[in-house]
Amino acid sequence: MTDTATLLEVRHITKRFPGVVALDDVSLAIEAGKVTALIGENGAGKSTLMKILSGVYPDFEGDIYYKGEAAKFAGPKDAQQQGVVIIHQELNLIPYLTITENIFLGRELVTQYGTMDKGRMRKRTQELLDRLKLKVNPDSQVFKLKVGQQQIVEIAKALLTDAELIIMDEPTSAITGAEVEVLFDIITDLKAQNKAIVYVSHKLDELFRIADHYVVLRDGKSIESGKMEGMTQDLLISKMVGRKIEVMRKIHDRGACERLLEVKNLNLKSRVKTGNVLSNISFNIGKGEIVGLFGLMGAGRTELLESVFGLHPAHSTGEVLIGGQPICCDSPARAIAAGLALVPEDRKKDGLVLGLGVKNNISLTTLEEMESLGTLSDAKECELADHYISELRIKTPSKEQQARNLSGGNQQKIVLAKWLATRPKVLLLDEPTRGIDINAKTEIYKLIIRLADEGLGILVVSSELPEILAVSDRILVMSEGRITGEFSASEASEDGILKAAIGASPKAVGGQTQ
Amino acid sequence: MPQDIHPIAGDKPAADRRPATADGQSLTLQSRFPIARFQSLIALFLLCLALSILSDKFLSFSNLWNVMRQISVNICISVGMTLIVLTAGIDLSVGSVLALCGAITAGLLKNGIEIPSQNLYIGFTVLGAILAGGLTGSALGAFNGWAITRFNVPPFVATLAMLTVARGLTMLWTGGFPISGLGDTFLFIGTGWFLGIPVPVWISIIVVALAVFLTEKTRIGRYIYAIGGNESASRLSGINVNKVKIIVYTIAGALAAVGGIMVTSRLDSAQPNAGISYELDSIAAVVIGGTSLSGGRGSILGTVQGAIIIGVLNNGLVLLNVSPFWQQVVKGLVILLAVIIDKSNGKGE
Repeated sequence: MTDTATLLEVRHITKRFPGVVALDDVSLAIEAGKVTALIGENGAGKSTLMKILSGVYPDFEGDIYYKGEAAKFAGPKDAQQQGVVIIHQELNLIPYLTITENIFLGRELVTQYGTMDKGRMRKRTQELLDRLKLKVNPDSQVFKLKVGQQQIVEIAKALLTDAELIIMDEPTSAITGAEVEVLFDIITDLKAQNKAIVYVSHKLDELFRIADHYVVLRDGKSIESGKMEGMTQDLLISKMVGRKIEVMRKIHDRGACERLLEVKNLNLKSRVKTGNVLSNISFNIGKGEIVGLFGLMGAGRTELLESVFGLHPAHSTGEVLIGGQPICCDSPARAIAAGLALVPEDRKKDGLVLGLGVKNNISLTTLEEMESLGTLSDAKECELADHYISELRIKTPSKEQQARNLSGGNQQKIVLAKWLATRPKVLLLDEPTRGIDINAKTEIYKLIIRLADEGLGILVVSSELPEILAVSDRILVMSEGRITGEFSASEASEDGILKAAIGASPKAVGGQTQ
Repeated sequence: MPQDIHPIAGDKPAADRRPATADGQSLTLQSRFPIARFQSLIALFLLCLALSILSDKFLSFSNLWNVMRQISVNICISVGMTLIVLTAGIDLSVGSVLALCGAITAGLLKNGIEIPSQNLYIGFTVLGAILAGGLTGSALGAFNGWAITRFNVPPFVATLAMLTVARGLTMLWTGGFPISGLGDTFLFIGTGWFLGIPVPVWISIIVVALAVFLTEKTRIGRYIYAIGGNESASRLSGINVNKVKIIVYTIAGALAAVGGIMVTSRLDSAQPNAGISYELDSIAAVVIGGTSLSGGRGSILGTVQGAIIIGVLNNGLVLLNVSPFWQQVVKGLVILLAVIIDKSNGKGE
């Protein structure tokens, strides 16, 4: 079994948690100098497998063979020392430390006197950054970097330890376009240096570009593995979900219709530097219309939604009208009252109270309606929760279950539910399918389309072009705080949209400039 | 206006609403009042058992009522503290606020307000003086909340400042001397009996009942948990986070005043340095009661248990003639132990 190229082999691993078998007799082999894609829906067991490979879970049934020998990783640090490094989806950098300090955290170089050898560390960091083509100062504090740049710092951290096996968990979930290209170049370099890479992503098109092998997990079992060559996207999806699903397509093109949301000359001043984060943004959304908003990282998409929603009252100027009525958006409460709803980009940070139950999360926006005689009515809350649990098919063992215990897709549905409960006129969705599996994505697309059919105006922000193209009636493109393009569904093409997204200032590509 | 159904932007057939899964209710009881709390009940029972064996005085009625009466002050303060800690805040000023409110109540009751230049004298009834004390506490609490929300001052710092300010005001008001001799009506609050139960115990029962109602049954209560669990998500959900926080700090201030009035009445004297380090006992009760200092998790009833454990422990150590110095050491270790046990039972996260 163990030919020379196999770096790590997993044999018959089973991992049990109370009440769940997370991994069930999983076997797979990872080759040096190759990219192995680990594919599966949320809950398929990918993260458990990654945690076993990186030493987070030292106890499991089955064996790991590493470099031809039986290996045991006692903990993440042990795995790291043996050459297995994981780059988590959520970045693990300390914001107020510099790049150098982050990269050397826990393994600082010291001089002969026992003090930190800052010069040498800085030099090593500079070398790593050069190798990764990240043109920033090693002394910059990490919080000042863009997400894409932070991702590269994480990779630099992995490279410092001379890792043999690098596990990347959704490395592109927070970056877009050109930043992805930079990442792929780096991966190609790493392959050339005979490093093994395990690449976990929901974005299948990426996998086809970068991966050599694939391993499909489903319900904790390894379903199939093989070479990427010759595979098709549909085939892969059908292996993941165990059945065929059709790719989402929008049929109807909506013409001019009643304006639901109008935004006029919206400006947002930057808090950190002079100048504007948003400049002269004007657009409108019609009744029953889905408008896609595309832009690269830092284009100001999220800031736009937040400004409309009243989160930056002190710094923004401009006019927001709903149904022709100007509204004073100086707080989320006012925005909600006017009929706006914002599903935020980061559901764990801004969308959910993870420690509260499904029911209590859903009713959080409409607690006033949940009262009878001044006290909260559990019956009303249950009714509301039951309604949305069945309506949106939220998979949860009970409506009291803490939100933190649900999968990403179901969490996102809870966030949607709590906003639909406010009966909004306009729904602002910021990356509604980020980090959720393909089945849940499809469900959310269908939901978006159904809501539009029922008369809502919907603005979908996404950094995934196929997603934008799949659901939008009209597409707006932003770059550097301005709207730089507008396409109808029929005339939209990936090329045209990307050009508009990059167009305003080509130097912004890849987030390489500070 | 009935708004029981929430159609998605229009109408959906009602048949779509199926009932929840069968085990839908199974977790209800655990959600706020986790099983781990039963352990503190067991610990309390064992503590009482040990004390009743080691000391023949412990189980006497007079001692038990005495313990209860002492505990009631800490319970009142700790209820307010729990609300604050649930929002991920802290209030270090309760001890000083307690002293100031007690002093103001006592001072007004005894001396009234004299304005010689106007040749004016305002006397206070017992009720009037108590109201004035309560208002003082609420105002100081509201000030805490305002400073924290308006200027983004961390609660630790804002209430630390108030700790000093309120203590200073107490000294100014009392001139550094106790205000004693407050009259029998007033003393009823701290020393009286009603239906066979000491009045302070009644007061703490009412306070606890109201607080349980607030946290479990009202919108504000839910907001408190939500804000402590995730402030950013709560704000985005349209909750007026600042308002809720100010309300919570105001309640805590008012409850500190209740405590202050009870202490003053029990001693028939407002001591200028009453309530020193009460904030620590109160935080200890909250923590032993299983409320997470990072907010969002915990319960009023847990805190009540915590306060009782501390009270019984205090009493037991005195009965056993443990030196006051050792008492502090033991108390500290118990707090640490309680939290360690709580953590190791830590259900998941």
